Amino acid sequence: MSDIASSVYVRRDLLAERPAPVKTTGFVGLVRTRLLNSPTNILITIVSALLLWFTIVPSVKFLFVDAVWTGTDRTACLTENGACWPYIQAKLPQLIYGFYPEAERWRVDLTFFLAAVLLVPMLIPRLPAKGLNASLFFFAFPVVSFFLLLGGGITGFGLSWTAGLLQLFDDSIIGAGQVLLNLSKTSAIAPLLWVLGNLIVLVGTAIYWLIFPLTWLRDQLEGTGQSVWTDFAITTAAVSLISFVMGGGVRTGWRPLASTIVTFIAIAIVIKLMGLDHGGLPVVQTRLWGGLLVTLVVSVAGIVTSLPIGIALALGRRSTIPLIRIFSIAFIEFWRGVPLITVLFFATYMLPLFLPGNFTVDGLVRALIGIALFTGAYQAENVRGGLAAIPRGQGEAAAALGLSWWKTTSLIVLPQALRHVIPNLVNSFISLFKDTSLVSIVALFDLLGSLRASFADPKWSAPSTLFTGFAFAGIIYFLFCFGMSRYSLFVENRLNAHRRN
Amino acid sequence: MSTEARKPPAQIALKIRRVLGGKTGWNGIAVQLVFAAILGWIGYEIVSNARANLENQHIAAGFGFLRNNAGFDVNQTLISYTGSDTFLRVFVVGLLNTLVVSVVGIVFATVIGFIVALCRLSPNWLLSRIGEIYVEIIRNLPVLFQILFWYLAVLAALPNPRQSISLFGIAFVSNRGLVIPRPIGESGFEAFLAVLVFGIVASLSLRFYARRALFQRGQVIRIWPYMLGLLFGLPLVTMLVSGLPFTFELPQLKGFNFAGGSRVIPEFVALTLALSTYTAAFIAEIVRAGILSVHKGQMEAGASLGLSRGSTLRLIVVPQAMRVIVPPLTNQYLNLTKNSSLAVAIGYPDLVSVWAGTSLSQTGQAIEIIAMTMGVYLLISLLTSAIMSVYGWRVSRSLGA
Repeated sequence: MSDIASSVYVRRDLLAERPAPVKTTGFVGLVRTRLLNSPTNILITIVSALLLWFTIVPSVKFLFVDAVWTGTDRTACLTENGACWPYIQAKLPQLIYGFYPEAERWRVDLTFFLAAVLLVPMLIPRLPAKGLNASLFFFAFPVVSFFLLLGGGITGFGLSWTAGLLQLFDDSIIGAGQVLLNLSKTSAIAPLLWVLGNLIVLVGTAIYWLIFPLTWLRDQLEGTGQSVWTDFAITTAAVSLISFVMGGGVRTGWRPLASTIVTFIAIAIVIKLMGLDHGGLPVVQTRLWGGLLVTLVVSVAGIVTSLPIGIALALGRRSTIPLIRIFSIAFIEFWRGVPLITVLFFATYMLPLFLPGNFTVDGLVRALIGIALFTGAYQAENVRGGLAAIPRGQGEAAAALGLSWWKTTSLIVLPQALRHVIPNLVNSFISLFKDTSLVSIVALFDLLGSLRASFADPKWSAPSTLFTGFAFAGIIYFLFCFGMSRYSLFVENRLNAHRRN
Repeated sequence: MSTEARKPPAQIALKIRRVLGGKTGWNGIAVQLVFAAILGWIGYEIVSNARANLENQHIAAGFGFLRNNAGFDVNQTLISYTGSDTFLRVFVVGLLNTLVVSVVGIVFATVIGFIVALCRLSPNWLLSRIGEIYVEIIRNLPVLFQILFWYLAVLAALPNPRQSISLFGIAFVSNRGLVIPRPIGESGFEAFLAVLVFGIVASLSLRFYARRALFQRGQVIRIWPYMLGLLFGLPLVTMLVSGLPFTFELPQLKGFNFAGGSRVIPEFVALTLALSTYTAAFIAEIVRAGILSVHKGQMEAGASLGLSRGSTLRLIVVPQAMRVIVPPLTNQYLNLTKNSSLAVAIGYPDLVSVWAGTSLSQTGQAIEIIAMTMGVYLLISLLTSAIMSVYGWRVSRSLGA
């Protein structure tokens, strides 16, 4: 004990103060530790600084210092060596609206405004009523903006549409049966074809009589003057009844009934407000659309349509039913294996051949179909990743509670899976937004197409207009894509909040 | 009372049910029948409509048009082609042009991508910021925008051939494209080529032998001096003996344009620039993620085994990073190949441009031409994914062992 005590050394006098350590925080610290800490690093810093000097300074000079800010035509921009902003000013309406008639441009503005009002609350996680918000954005907004942008009204409602669709389907079935019957006159396996053809015709005829009340009612309605509102009333009654019965009848059906009626009242208000029952707004053909409008329409339509396609394909790919699985795999791999431009060529040149001759599809819609199929395949792989990340126990627990496949999928598995893959979905939306520029190749004037068209104007042909135009369009594209990518990072951080320590 | 085990029930019916209908059994089979009926109906509609529409437009279906004369010119051909050649040859010309721009683009994209990734990983703050700015700007702009930017704005702003920018007096950049020296084969070319091939084969087998010696007997053989000799010394000696293998024909400015040398058309330059810089940004992110995915402990473990920093990187870190890097990297190569179809926007004669563009408008055979175009891209991507799955299988096997 005393040994230890004696060996302990106790300092009696204070040590002299040491100088403060070299500062490693703040700007000075950064310069010391990460810019100038070794000869090689000093060299790299100097080279990098030179690189920045020779790229950023000329750009700033071009965009702001040497730029021309006022003028009426190219003569103003010929003298200076900087950006030609009056050119952008003159072409701005074309870059945003295309050839949309000037008197009707408030409709485009209103659509942009509606989209912003619906989108912003949906993107802020703290705000409530996400379900309502999402359903408004994904279902109500596309319909409303369709009538707002394109114009025109409706002549019927749910009943006539259902009747028309069923009739079309039935006609095609009977047609196919007739073809088989005709073939059976010449073919070697005539009896088989004859039986098959007769069977199909029989099925078609049965369906015809099955839907006869519907078609009869429609024809009666078309005779009266107020066809839209009568049709609307009948549809409301029918859908309400169905939702009431499906929701559990007298026991639990009141809530679905109420929400259905509220939805239909909202639809009625929209129809009345936009005057859809008597013609609606003046029609603006889609070939007059252009600029940022087309870019946004194509992206939003692609986002809205690709998600359901993607979910359906992802579920199909995970299904155990062989035919559905094989079909989903083939479909996904096909669209993912070809470039988007060939898909657009397919939609533009090949699709019209596959549709009945009297059925013409608008050029914009054709591009939209191509983009929806293409993006749907990519979204399917994203969603599949999310589905694979859900532990099996979730589905098994749901099955143990007695939920059906549909309920297990829609209430338990899908909500969790989709939440997992929001960042991936947003990344797909970014590539979709960038890819919309490809529609300019199939003769649609999106932002890039309008920009290219504006270069051809001799009134503004100056050496600097090209760079100015590209700078302007580039800034718009960058703002949208960068915003989305930051949002996806934000969501990712939020989702992984529990994993951080 | 007998205690014999009961016979298991017949499994065959269950198995058939499982194979035909999946987990849901007979329900699944019913769903499949309905689905097949719908598919059949859609298929029938498509075929009958297409037939009717083609009849209306007086277009004969089939691939007979491939033997007709094309009658238009293509401004970049790798194989000899004139306007009087067949449409089949146009197809091959377009395909080769697509492949050449993809391969060149892939090489440049890989190089730029790795450089940018190294920049982003650099301890130097300024350099890593520059890498980040590059990646963010390039990734957030559409690739078509970039192609048009290079083609319409940058290349058009270059001087005309008379005032072209000279690169060390051997290559010239102007708004008519890039002019580079053209190699011309001389008498010693065959011998040179043979020796070069021999050198490559010999050094590969030497390396194989050295690795076997290392792994089986623990014997370290120094082979790099021999490889150097085989790869560079031997061809040099051959060149001294049998003369130069090829000489370069330098481009000369004559009148308003260049004579001699080979000309790279501006469309090719713009497309390669845009595709390689665009894909490089994605490759940089992949490489960075791959290197960051290797745990720091691996580096420390290598050091504690007494390996030098270079050997640790080469033998421990990079192989593990490559496992993460290669699959998405191939994906990017595939994307670049697919994006090369945007050549149609600037008129570079690739597959989509000369085949699905010019030939389609000349013949009107939309179904055949677009199916062939899509088929080519589909084949390329399926082949790549097949190779990738073999690679993945080998990696997982080597990890399991």
